[in-house]
Amino acid sequence: MPRKQRKPTLAVWKFASCDGCQLSLLDCEDELLAVAGAVQIAHFLEASSTVMPGPYDLSLVEGSITTPHDALRIQAIRKNSRFLVTIGACATAGGIQALRNFADVEEFTRIVYARPEYIQTLKHSTPISAHVPVDFELRGCPISKGQLLEVISAFLHRRKPNIPQHSVCLECKARGTVCVMVAQGIPCLGPVTQAGCGAICPAYQRGCYGCFGPQENPNTVALSAWWTQLGVDEAAQQRAFRTYNAGARAFSKEAERHG
Amino acid sequence: MGETPKPNRTRTLRVGNLARVEGEGALYVRVKGRQVEEVRLEIFEPPRFFEAFLRGRSFTEVPDITARICGICPVAYQMSSCQALEAALGVQVEGPLKALRRLLYCGEWIESHTLHIYFLHLPDFLGYPDAVRLAQDQPQRVQEALALKKTGSELMTLLGGREIHPINVKVGGFYRVPRKAELLALRDRLERAREIAQRTVRFVGSLDFPDFAPDYTFVSLRQEGEYPILGGRLVSNRGLDIAVAEFEQYFHEEHVAHSNALHATLKGQPYLVGPLARYNLNHDQLPASVQAVAREAGLGSVCRNPFQSIVVRAVETLYACEEALHLIDAYEEPDPPSVPVTPRAGAGAGCSEAPRGILYHRYRMDEQGLIAEAKIVPPTSQNQKMIEEDLRQFVAANLELSRPELTLRCEQTIRNYDPCISCATHFLRLDIEHEP
Repeated sequence: MPRKQRKPTLAVWKFASCDGCQLSLLDCEDELLAVAGAVQIAHFLEASSTVMPGPYDLSLVEGSITTPHDALRIQAIRKNSRFLVTIGACATAGGIQALRNFADVEEFTRIVYARPEYIQTLKHSTPISAHVPVDFELRGCPISKGQLLEVISAFLHRRKPNIPQHSVCLECKARGTVCVMVAQGIPCLGPVTQAGCGAICPAYQRGCYGCFGPQENPNTVALSAWWTQLGVDEAAQQRAFRTYNAGARAFSKEAERHG
Repeated sequence: MGETPKPNRTRTLRVGNLARVEGEGALYVRVKGRQVEEVRLEIFEPPRFFEAFLRGRSFTEVPDITARICGICPVAYQMSSCQALEAALGVQVEGPLKALRRLLYCGEWIESHTLHIYFLHLPDFLGYPDAVRLAQDQPQRVQEALALKKTGSELMTLLGGREIHPINVKVGGFYRVPRKAELLALRDRLERAREIAQRTVRFVGSLDFPDFAPDYTFVSLRQEGEYPILGGRLVSNRGLDIAVAEFEQYFHEEHVAHSNALHATLKGQPYLVGPLARYNLNHDQLPASVQAVAREAGLGSVCRNPFQSIVVRAVETLYACEEALHLIDAYEEPDPPSVPVTPRAGAGAGCSEAPRGILYHRYRMDEQGLIAEAKIVPPTSQNQKMIEEDLRQFVAANLELSRPELTLRCEQTIRNYDPCISCATHFLRLDIEHEP
């Protein structure tokens, strides 16, 4: 009998995060069993108590690095992974917890914890790519399910994932949503934010708040000038760029210009 | 291989990472002879400092930011945030907007409870490592579970824009409200979900449960006329009956060395929040039809066995389907989608029933509406002491079990709570020491 071909192994890892991006995989209700049939789930603690030793063909990494222990753990995972893909804003840009990068983390610890001496944490929350080489970064807070399936499929077939890098504006046009900033004067980060969510916020009558991070070559200065005309003050502009992708370079640079 | 406990002998069991929980943690148990000497649920999830960096943010940004505490129950964070901020701003959200909030929350209950029942908890009872393996033997059961879960997700997506970190919730209401026709389009699927939920109650009711029924202090919200989701008074089975705003006078958080999650106590004692607490304190508020299904599945009006929490979750899933249908039928499109809010200095508290139990928020803000202080008490940190207490009692009563069996039961004991360690902070590793 011919030997059965080995299925590629998939591992899912978590660092500092909300679990939402790995939940996206379980939220692929219609495709979950197909994905599970195409790969061997070798390590996915949220979903399975099966834990297989590496090496893994594809590691999906959620969350940012915020402790000395995690900085070591990611090295071991990288060594054990043929391809390593980060999923979500935390793993790709340091996440919401990167807000500590602009503050005094010791003060933060005192605010939250009665016994700060029990807490071990790094001064900065950093993306996975600051520690190890990353094969692909999937954006979003949270990621989009469709894009996740595309990335898994692409790596299984050894091709480049087809993930657009243009702005949310194109998705708004494709969806037929009237521009909320032009028509209603609602401040929107869409023009500088990478597409991927399907331009949900403008379709729900609010401005994009940038959860997919900066698009390729965003003109943040021009957008800020527009926001100023709409009456948004400097502090609010800084906060807008300092949220879920505060650690992404284009946004952190623009935030420095304000406030 | 069974292990006979010997007097004065200390035993050690070690297990790796605890699976099928949301987040990561560790458990340490030390047993000497028949005496359980120490139980520590260690939560290693790195601190993420939400309460600190919320300071200085505008109140309008809070529901989007606090959603990011948890990808599993973002709606709970949005609802407790909004209610606390609305209390501070002196705003009331009533009528169809309140009904829509409840409907969105029903979606989260359906989605989250189904995930826990079928994907995290059930594999233990049936002896599978995960639901995917279970699907190979019982494809229809898992496909139905996915359909049920998907209906919850669809409800969240319609009302919230997406199911993880919904974008449509704001202080005062919503950015956009659905048309009645959009809601009615979900009706058929909800009817089917209700049938699956009914079958789920009957099925999980037939599982084998260890004999275990601690004398818990249950705490949940309660409001006459409805099963608690959005609000009410905080009550217990020991006579507590307070307004949400009084929470911090009764409940205290302490910081212990072995966990990054704070431990909450009620007047110094551990207590239990979540489905079991809600059910026991509000059984009379469930519709008669849901009560009947619960009864058929072997649940009385009181259930103290935490292993049966899977049945209670199924009952609540059924309730959420029924309630969603009821809310959709009664819905009248409001205009506008939110009530106006004007920033002002003030403080306010809010509490809602996350799938895992009460989630308390309190904020103080300045006259521009910038947050000066934030306090968030998630359900898992409230249950943490009770989980340790359950483990202590369960291990003490079951020392004759074999090592793998006892280990599995300990993991299951933790999974009874569906602990969301991401919320509480995170990393569940199970270490049972039984040193010779």
